[in-house]
Amino acid sequence: MSLPLALIDWLISSINGFITDFVPQLVQVFPQLLRGAVTTLEVTVIAVMFGTVFGLIFGLLKLSKKPVLHYPAVIYIDIVRGTPLLLQILMCYFLLPSDITGIFGTENSALFSGIIACSLNSAAYVAEIMRAGIQSIDRGQMEAARSLGLTKAQAYTKIILPQAVRRVIPPLGNEVIILLKDSSLLSAIGVTELVQAGKLFAAREFAFFPAYIGIAIVYLVMTITISRIIHWYEKRLGINDKDN
Amino acid sequence: MIKITDLHKSFGKLEVLKGVNAHISKREVVCVIGPSGSGKSTFLRCINRLEEPTSGSVIVEGVEITDPKVNINKVRTEVGMVFQHFNLFPHMTVLDNIELAPRLIRGMNKQQARQTSTELLQKVGLTDKHNVYPDKLSGGQKQRVAIARALAMHPNIMLFDEPTSALDPEMVSEVLNVMKELAEECMTMVVVTHEMGFAREVADRVFFMDRGVILEEGTPEQIFDNPQHERTREFLQMVL
Repeated sequence: MSLPLALIDWLISSINGFITDFVPQLVQVFPQLLRGAVTTLEVTVIAVMFGTVFGLIFGLLKLSKKPVLHYPAVIYIDIVRGTPLLLQILMCYFLLPSDITGIFGTENSALFSGIIACSLNSAAYVAEIMRAGIQSIDRGQMEAARSLGLTKAQAYTKIILPQAVRRVIPPLGNEVIILLKDSSLLSAIGVTELVQAGKLFAAREFAFFPAYIGIAIVYLVMTITISRIIHWYEKRLGINDKDN
Repeated sequence: MIKITDLHKSFGKLEVLKGVNAHISKREVVCVIGPSGSGKSTFLRCINRLEEPTSGSVIVEGVEITDPKVNINKVRTEVGMVFQHFNLFPHMTVLDNIELAPRLIRGMNKQQARQTSTELLQKVGLTDKHNVYPDKLSGGQKQRVAIARALAMHPNIMLFDEPTSALDPEMVSEVLNVMKELAEECMTMVVVTHEMGFAREVADRVFFMDRGVILEEGTPEQIFDNPQHERTREFLQMVL
């Protein structure tokens, strides 16, 4: 057979295989991937919520001039940001007492330790985002607020934080997307999140190609949707965003 | 009303104020002039403790504000301040900028606060800008809103930190006119300024600051027409 003919033959069989094997398997894997995606979203949403609350607290602590508040926050942030998330997940799963990780039943202990790990991790990164956001607000804003007689707490809640929120939305959105993808590391402790769900299917059906392509599609749908939502929200907030 | 004794302020190794003494009476308008870096702004910011004095005494209406036990927030409600860069709150409308402190601190209800802010905006000549955000205002308009914001707490003393230095030349007079009006209403004012015409016309007394001390003080006539120190003469020659 000549070379062009061989190529055509290969192409035809590929297309054939695509229609007869790939597409049906992709359709077959999807329900399982979606169940995994729900777990991924659960982990991400809960971790981001805790991460935002504690991140704000740690960020404010780090900005404090009092050493007893400042240094614990600095140490926490340095440790968490200086070690891999995978290690943190393993430590939460294997080193935390089972009374804690098993609080929602032993069958959920991997998922729960994973959520703890991701929350603690997210808090450290969000803390830095919050700190940078607050510090980016012009010093004159705090001075103007204080000169009117506002307490430091009032100045923060009425003047500094409302402005900082606008600035931290983009990096915070980034953090959500990073966390969504990094939660795939929970597969290491057996949580059936999106990647693990696909891996299980691939191994069982011996269909790696559709499984991995399927995983990628579901991640992309989620990340692109999130980044569009954030972009839209940014624009909505940005109307009166200019500083004076 | 304001009594400052041997006020020192250092930033790290840099000593900015080297023993400032001043007495400012009720209803007096004092303009502080001097070369940049002479400590004018730092001096002004020590009066409401935006800068923490290193040593010395600052007594505002009988209260020693350098005392850590003093509720500085209470004192600050009596001392309004206007900044070079306006420092309006960009996420709030003009009305909200003005009404924030009266509502939050004085506990005014919406109606009372609205009445105050409307009156003040009329006073500073901005009747048609109630619901706009600061970024829609010109520099002169921003500074007039900032003055209204400071006045909303009905302070007994007003501090101005180079209020016209960031303005385009054609907007300087609209701000100075508002300040003149305030002076005519017998507000106690301390104004750090480079506007010598304003100082001459409006001030009761002029402080000339140089290298961290008040080198010379006196009526505008004394300072501008008959300065005693060589440094004062040099400075005036350069700016006039």
